[in-house]
Amino acid sequence: MDSVTSLIELTATGAAERVRAREIEPAELFDVYRSRAAGDDLNAFTWVADGPPTPGPAPDAPLGGVPLAVKDLFCTEGVPSQAGSRILEGYRPPYTATVVANLMRAGAPLLGKTNQDEFAMGSSNENSAFGPVLNPWDRSRVPGGSSGGSAAAVAAGLAPWAIGTDTGGSIRQPAALCGIVGLKPTYGACSRYGMIAFASSLDQAGPLTRDVTDAALLLRHMVGRDRLDSTSIEFPGEIELPHAEDLAGIRLGVPEELAGDGIDPGVLESFKATLKLAEGLGARIESCRLPHAAHALSAYYLIAPAEASANLARFDGVRYGLRVDADELTEMYSRTRAAGFGAEVKRRIMLGTYALSSGYYDAYYGTAQKVRTKIADDFADAFATFDFIVTPTSPWTAFKLGSKVADPYAMYLNDICTVPMPLAGLPAISIPSGLSAGLPVGFQLAGPAFSESRMLSSAYALERAIGFDGSPARR
Amino acid sequence: MNYEPVIGLEIHLQLSTRTKMFCGCELSFGDPPNVHTCPVCLGLPGALPVLNARAVDYGLLIGLALGCEIAERSLFHRKNYFYPDLPKGYQISQFDVPLCRGGRLGDFRIHRVHLEEDAAKLVHVGESGRIHGSDRSVVDFNRGGTPLVEIVTEPDFRSPEQAHEWLSLLRTTLKQLGVSDAKMEEGSLRCDANVSVRPAGTSALGTKTELKNMNSFRFVERGIRAEIERQVGLLEAGDVVKQETLHFDPASAKVTSLRSKEEAHDYRYFPEPDLLPLVIDAEMLDAVRAQLPELPAARAARFERELGLSAERARELAFRAELGDYFELVLAANGGNRGDAVRVANWIPQLVERIGSDADPAQSKVAPEALAALVAMVGAKEVGREAARDVLTRLVAEGGDPRAIVQAEELGAMGTDDGGVIELIDRAIAADPRAADQVRAGNVKAIGPLVGYVMRESKGRADGGEVGKLIRARLLDQS
Repeated sequence: MDSVTSLIELTATGAAERVRAREIEPAELFDVYRSRAAGDDLNAFTWVADGPPTPGPAPDAPLGGVPLAVKDLFCTEGVPSQAGSRILEGYRPPYTATVVANLMRAGAPLLGKTNQDEFAMGSSNENSAFGPVLNPWDRSRVPGGSSGGSAAAVAAGLAPWAIGTDTGGSIRQPAALCGIVGLKPTYGACSRYGMIAFASSLDQAGPLTRDVTDAALLLRHMVGRDRLDSTSIEFPGEIELPHAEDLAGIRLGVPEELAGDGIDPGVLESFKATLKLAEGLGARIESCRLPHAAHALSAYYLIAPAEASANLARFDGVRYGLRVDADELTEMYSRTRAAGFGAEVKRRIMLGTYALSSGYYDAYYGTAQKVRTKIADDFADAFATFDFIVTPTSPWTAFKLGSKVADPYAMYLNDICTVPMPLAGLPAISIPSGLSAGLPVGFQLAGPAFSESRMLSSAYALERAIGFDGSPARR
Repeated sequence: MNYEPVIGLEIHLQLSTRTKMFCGCELSFGDPPNVHTCPVCLGLPGALPVLNARAVDYGLLIGLALGCEIAERSLFHRKNYFYPDLPKGYQISQFDVPLCRGGRLGDFRIHRVHLEEDAAKLVHVGESGRIHGSDRSVVDFNRGGTPLVEIVTEPDFRSPEQAHEWLSLLRTTLKQLGVSDAKMEEGSLRCDANVSVRPAGTSALGTKTELKNMNSFRFVERGIRAEIERQVGLLEAGDVVKQETLHFDPASAKVTSLRSKEEAHDYRYFPEPDLLPLVIDAEMLDAVRAQLPELPAARAARFERELGLSAERARELAFRAELGDYFELVLAANGGNRGDAVRVANWIPQLVERIGSDADPAQSKVAPEALAALVAMVGAKEVGREAARDVLTRLVAEGGDPRAIVQAEELGAMGTDDGGVIELIDRAIAADPRAADQVRAGNVKAIGPLVGYVMRESKGRADGGEVGKLIRARLLDQS
């Protein structure tokens, strides 16, 4: 390989194969991406590595030395890990998150840390203390969130691949809005150790990649039981690299609740076209019901803030991060948290604190947990009939920066199609299904727990049929 | 009006596991500050708790020892509040589904037993060592995350003395289980008391107050007594008791308010999403049950039933494990002769009197074999009871073999056929003719001073019983 252009045109899996075949030097690959990341004008990165790690990855490492962009909220030893928040400005943790350590060991060196909504709370990346990320398809638009930096970096070819976290859609929605692949694994498949927590019972790490094969390869080296995370579990079998040519015998359920009202017509058109392609590949498509899906957003916006209100209590100015001094302890807490947290984080801490308060717990948090069980039951019923549930990933394509900032509820509606799956702990993937008015649209498949390999396989067949080739990185 | 106190206790016990409740940091006492820390116990962003299996075993041991019902499935919750000794901003504790419910120790019922983590230690820099008046406070996270068991009793105590005595039994039980040092002065056992009073003979409970963190059993007793007096005083003056949390100051013997009910926290408990429900299966429970040692109450019953000790003596030895252990060692050194058990048991308080009431006899200079030999010599009348007490005093001071001491000091018993005893009796009668006359007149009790004289002069070597017989024979024959 001799030109930068051809290097960045390679998928991550392709690049890893060339490295293992000794056709590319890993240091050369790292340098190309390092200089692209350093020249980032999308505000996708909050930190970029000075150079490749020494010693470099073994020449036959499975991830081939292909550099990795990592969402800011993953702790990386000695490297700023700020979760998009002023309260952690300059914070360099003394340890590395398990998932990042797993990937580094498998041969993916750390390229940089990516911008995000503060503590993963947001769907537009406008809630970052380090400024919004721009969508590489249209710089006046948002990249989605909260893993907006990771999605924009991969879409713009500033990074070969990236990892993010998904709590209510934070991998899938920005992947959709940036025209890339994003996968949220089954809850417990990837260790949460070292991920700065938003909502512990929902958070899950996953890949953001140019294509389905890259997602499978990266995920293969992310999953696994971690003795430091009690909620992690050994993944049954290895994540397989996808190779399905068709969807013969695959039954797809289209939930009425998530694929009709409230979805932008252009998005719906792309969704329906993709269903046609699936049918052509041999899939059986039927409409189905998720009767409690309509309440998923309400349950989510009680459970996630409740957990967040406790998870964010540790940012008190005593041990690390920002401290705004005062003469008295409570005042120091107040000033530090007032100055350190952004408006959306404060809103959710207030919501969560209220939902857990004595006398309100049963009505809010308790009821939300019951709804959560109902939603999981809905999916279990649906998966008795269907292999996968399919929906548009996001009701809209990328929207204008600032257009929803003043209306939190409109912003929350972004997550309507992505929130039910994490409430049920289920895996889901978003793949690009085409463009609507020049902007990417995402198509989502959700499957039963630990169905990742099958799900990737079906997504791969669809990806080939769709033939989406619009990444601005390759233009 | 007469008032009846109603007292319940809450005991926090640090478990003596090797590592902390939710991380691999070692437990320590007295090490330099902040050397036993990690991302988990410092509450660093991204760190997650992992439950210590040994702490669960210890919790189960305590639950079984206290006769609790063990929950097959129990939950951990987050208890939310801000304080610098609580790095996560919440304590992981058990709330509405604890590991153990119910149970009984001695005459008092247990309400529940649950697992939680300890806070870090705040050190208040300044003269008083307390937060008031200190210049600043620093945090030592060595203690943060130490496994704790909280034991809550039913409000069954009716006096401060009952509470004190029961706490001693609890401490012995816990030490015997090997689950904790249970040292109040080091903070590994801490006790709060809920106190209320009500007119004697009524059954409705009065308003209770909570006395916090008294750091010795004596202070618990005194604190409760002071609080009962304060509450009775309020009621008698026509006032009411307010629900509040109080601090007992042993120096002034006064209780002061820490916070009122209105200032009480809303802890916003919710299930800890970072931990799975704790499921105890039959296999785990059987394994723990097999580790249960003999507990003080059972030991006391055995001493009484099998060795013929009085109930009081049996409890005296069994409720302090080190006394019971020593007693059994002496008995074994004596060839395990159960017939001697009562006599051996009667010597243990003698030993305790000489080594100090808090000392462990196993740490004294008196080898169990030595005490066994001494008791045997008394039994065989080779040494008098009085002389034997002197020998014990010598053993406590210097150790050694009682036979050698008896021989060297010429403390061997004087036989009745020994001319020396007869001579001493003559001298006793000569020295106290009034007493002799009274005995002759039929007042048997008057013989005491005469026997005492002989015992004193013989340095306890004479046998008091035999001496009495000889004196009676002598004085009554002559009349």
